[in-house]
Amino acid sequence: MTHPAKLTLGPVLFNWRPEAFRDFYFRIADEACVDTVCVGEVVCSKRTPFLAPVLPEVIERLTSAGKEVVLSSLALIMTEREANEARQLATADAGFLVEANDISVASMLAGRPFVAGPLLNIYNEGTLAALEELGAVRTCLPAELPADILVTLAGAAKGEIEIQAFGRLPLAISARCYHARSRNLAKDGCQYVCAEDPDGMAVDTLDDEPFLAVNGTQTMSYHYLDLLHELPALRARGINRFRLWPQNVDMVAVAALYRAVLDGAVEPADAADQLAALCPRAEFSNGYVHGREGHLFVEADL
Amino acid sequence: MTELVRPELVCPAGTPAALKSAVEAGADCVYVGFRDETNARNFPGLNFSRKELEEGIALAHDHGAKVLVAINTFPRAGRPDLWHQAVADSARLKADAVILADIGLLAHAAHHHPDLRLHLSVQAAASNPDSIRFYAERFGVKRVVLPRVLTVQEIATVNAAIAPVETEVFVFGGLCVMAEGRCALSSYATGQSPNMNGVCSPASHVRYEERAGGITSQLAGFTINKFGEGEPAGYPTLCKGRFIANGKTSYLFEEPTSLNTLAMLPELIKAGITAFKIEGRQRGRAYVAAVVQAFRQGVDAVMAGRPMPDIDLDRITEGGRQTTGAYERTWR
Repeated sequence: MTHPAKLTLGPVLFNWRPEAFRDFYFRIADEACVDTVCVGEVVCSKRTPFLAPVLPEVIERLTSAGKEVVLSSLALIMTEREANEARQLATADAGFLVEANDISVASMLAGRPFVAGPLLNIYNEGTLAALEELGAVRTCLPAELPADILVTLAGAAKGEIEIQAFGRLPLAISARCYHARSRNLAKDGCQYVCAEDPDGMAVDTLDDEPFLAVNGTQTMSYHYLDLLHELPALRARGINRFRLWPQNVDMVAVAALYRAVLDGAVEPADAADQLAALCPRAEFSNGYVHGREGHLFVEADL
Repeated sequence: MTELVRPELVCPAGTPAALKSAVEAGADCVYVGFRDETNARNFPGLNFSRKELEEGIALAHDHGAKVLVAINTFPRAGRPDLWHQAVADSARLKADAVILADIGLLAHAAHHHPDLRLHLSVQAAASNPDSIRFYAERFGVKRVVLPRVLTVQEIATVNAAIAPVETEVFVFGGLCVMAEGRCALSSYATGQSPNMNGVCSPASHVRYEERAGGITSQLAGFTINKFGEGEPAGYPTLCKGRFIANGKTSYLFEEPTSLNTLAMLPELIKAGITAFKIEGRQRGRAYVAAVVQAFRQGVDAVMAGRPMPDIDLDRITEGGRQTTGAYERTWR
């Protein structure tokens, strides 16, 4: 294999307290074997003011540690204020790649290198080519794509292709805040109740079956994506970059497991056992990459 | 105060019969899809063959109405031919516009069919002026169907920023609570999604189970709702179900409800929207005729400066419940 596999730590999607957020990234900077770290508020612009004060020191620490820093944009831009904040991010030219998670941000970045984020709808070669023409040098593909399409797009890409490999999957975004709604609050007076659930709020069916998770305006999978078993096959078929979504677990250890499997140092089955121990409350899924229901865990080889 | 612009009524037609009903009831435009996964209402027994589209366009044009063809799923990597052919056939049959969501398909259509008018589907979820300008400037999109995330005030701001690009908004019918085209809940549960397969919470995965005390509705084995004896069991659309979160059972995402903006028509018209869209290509001709007539009367009354007619659409809304959705800020 000519290209060494790379790991990206996706942006924290949850509303962590600023100190927890800062401490998390400091430890990632010092200890985690990831190549790239994304930072920035993706889900709700009401959270941005809390992160802004700690972001500079986080970015400084990550950069000093030799990590590539990517600044992630908001996913759903509706107001002029949100558009202006995105424009500032896109035009700051601070020496970091920006990850566009709304097509408006990609348009603001046109002509300069950027990352096409996993919340853009990139399902085929035509759209990938259009975004690369715009300046995308790396593209993180949507969650619901099966392996054959991931591989087809990796083959068609001029730039890098990244796929999601660990953590709760971002499945939907809305103008409405379900965290607030679960407390009989409106989004305008939300009291930031999403901060009470650092891994998202579990959503069960009426038969008490775990199903989804809510993170403010975002709906996520209940299950944690686990592609440890599939990493070698995906690598062999030309996918070289994998994204880990931060959860409130030992992400340094999670990254080390993915790295070990990519390096061939640990068998996927052993790594999966260790991953389950690191995430004691989690259930795992890998259905999408097998072309199946996203919530399923499929044992078969790719 | 600028003069009010008369909005077009854009009406659904899942079948040739519904198309006829819609144009006879006063639709300015009807929107249709081909009978395959190229459109977001890929349901059994629905949609148009090429021949039916040709006949439908002739009939609509005789009534002075336009026909828009929705090709608004995301082409599958490795085999975009089905989608390219749908665009080519729409151009050949002289459809008045195609409604597209995928950037690659928009680029293809703009390049190969430069005379074909392009509308941006709601499935592209262009929720701000920068996104809309991207589609207008790069691909020549003339009209954008706005995602159901904006308030009326925000829509007015968008309209002022993007003219002469036109906007179209949903005024009635089924209601996505997530930003459209940015939701994979259906494929998470069933393996089939709006973006890839043109279906959401598909009927093939629905089961109603009779249990002691009532009926349980399921989607792909997940319980979406439970109904007591004698209570009508609604369709288990994933985001309209009851779930348990934070120790509480509720319609966490949205109640089983329909969008109905009849009472808001004066505000919506003042917001400078070019076209009002009625959801429901999966609905029968009686539904289509009733809704189109109601909105025809409503729009005509506002334009003539008459008071809004009192029209009751309760009997055809989901569970009899109605909402004005995201158009009012409190919905969020």
